[in-house]
Amino acid sequence: MKVDLNTVKKIAHLARLEFDEAGAERMQRDMTQILDWEEQLNEVDTDGIEPLTTMSSEVNVLREDKVGEHLPHDKGLLNAPQKDSDYFRVPKVLE
Amino acid sequence: MLSAEIKDKYELVVGLEVHAQLLTQSKMYTSDSTEYGNLPNTHISVITLGHPGTLPKVNRKAVEFAIKMGIACNSTITRNNIFARKNYFYPDLPKGYQITQDKDPICVGGEVPVTLPDGSKKSIALTRIHMEEDAGKSMHLAGEVDTLVDFNRAGVPLIEIVSEPDIRSSEEAYAYLVEIKKLVRYLDICDGNMEEGSLRCDANISVRLHGAPEYGKKVEVKNMNSFRNVARAIEHEFERQIALVEQGIEIISETRTFDATTGSTSGMRTKEDLNDYRYFPEPDLSPVIVSEEWLESVRAAMPSLPRELHHKFVHEFGLPEYDAGVLTDSKEIALYFETLCGLTSNYKAASNWMMGPVKSYLNELTLHISDFPISATALASLIALIDDGKVNFSVASQKIYPVMLENPDKSPLQIAQELNLIQESDEGSIKPLVESVLADNPAKVAEYKSGKKGLMGMFMGQVMKKSQGKADPKVATKLLTELLEN
Repeated sequence: MKVDLNTVKKIAHLARLEFDEAGAERMQRDMTQILDWEEQLNEVDTDGIEPLTTMSSEVNVLREDKVGEHLPHDKGLLNAPQKDSDYFRVPKVLE
Repeated sequence: MLSAEIKDKYELVVGLEVHAQLLTQSKMYTSDSTEYGNLPNTHISVITLGHPGTLPKVNRKAVEFAIKMGIACNSTITRNNIFARKNYFYPDLPKGYQITQDKDPICVGGEVPVTLPDGSKKSIALTRIHMEEDAGKSMHLAGEVDTLVDFNRAGVPLIEIVSEPDIRSSEEAYAYLVEIKKLVRYLDICDGNMEEGSLRCDANISVRLHGAPEYGKKVEVKNMNSFRNVARAIEHEFERQIALVEQGIEIISETRTFDATTGSTSGMRTKEDLNDYRYFPEPDLSPVIVSEEWLESVRAAMPSLPRELHHKFVHEFGLPEYDAGVLTDSKEIALYFETLCGLTSNYKAASNWMMGPVKSYLNELTLHISDFPISATALASLIALIDDGKVNFSVASQKIYPVMLENPDKSPLQIAQELNLIQESDEGSIKPLVESVLADNPAKVAEYKSGKKGLMGMFMGQVMKKSQGKADPKVATKLLTELLEN
């Protein structure tokens, strides 16, 4: 399946990735190749088969409603690119 | 302002999406505390923060709460539940996706019956109720270059209750929200506080000409923090959209935000203009299968619902619809009243006590019925005291009731005796009082006899005063009439 350049740009935007012209074209080629390869799966007859949603056959893996241990505040903030003593800081979202 | 004539041509169409924060101790997919009001970023874990290699695990109670709401709304409960990822980037969503339900929500269909201000009834159909997780909280402070993010709320369990576009007026929207709040509070699954954000509402609003086969383009309005504001936003959108249609301007499907100070809505400028959530099944969570047994155990633990109690109060207790409505407003009042009615058979008196002296005491001190000092048993014996003719209502409510509030351990009879309030219904002891009142007021007696029958009230007042409120009014009236008419 041929992926067009607009699709690449849309997906890049959704994934917050930026490509220059050459990069976008390379990405377009790669994505087309990947999809072409995956199209082999169309040869399998999947009529009447429920989609696979999980790799495990387990069901009802549930937790009781109990409070457990928290990540210490400073550890939680440790890897944040920007932070203060209380908050994660991100570039302003609303004007 | 649009003329009523123009407005009348159009029909308002509204569907509501209500998010209810569930009253669990821990989060939807992790064991972090859901407690509100703690220091920022202290109720967090690697799962909440979306660190790689972590595995979420579903909170059983949250599933049961969602099922409860579905049972209360007559929804069909989905047996095979699969979670889904809703993908989008926003700083309050650390994983880059929200774990929610997409194709098979836990509750499908159902309805919420509402009573409108004019007393008419309507049923608002539900599309679905699904389980999901809350996002963190972003703060955009004035003068601050950054947005500050607190993840304590991220992952708190929510149910989203989605109605069909069945709502036709702002009053209906208001009544629907009142009903939803009542339901979640009766079920004890959400505290229903819209101002604090534990209940949140988005409205999908459109207009069309009456009789038009298709719905108009819908606009989604957010950021309404009270039932009243939801109604205001709907009113505003109704007018705004009609004005556009009348001018031949196309309505754009967009998200608008409500401003409570102006009562108007405005388009939201977000950096994300492309809404493509790319839902897919959540591979980290195994399916949740609701067995017949599990469903039955949740059903068995269901409390009485407001409409069930309302029905009981009207049909078993013979109360007016109005009383039943007031008494079922809050679960705790309804349950207190139900207990009270197990202890007295004078249901109307019980209702009058609840709606009168009890409610005014609670309102005055802004107390909750759980703080009400008088037990249902004691209140029932006070009602019995009146029914037995030992005291009248005004003595009971003005003299005994206040003492009971201060001394919840004393029985009403004991208080009545101590204060010497037991009503005198013996003619022999009331007669001298009546005679002396008449003897003291010869002029008034003459006036009465010449036709001024309205003086009876004055005589009664005098007799009651002389008896210190203890004379049985029925006996006193009878004696007064006998003596005056002779």
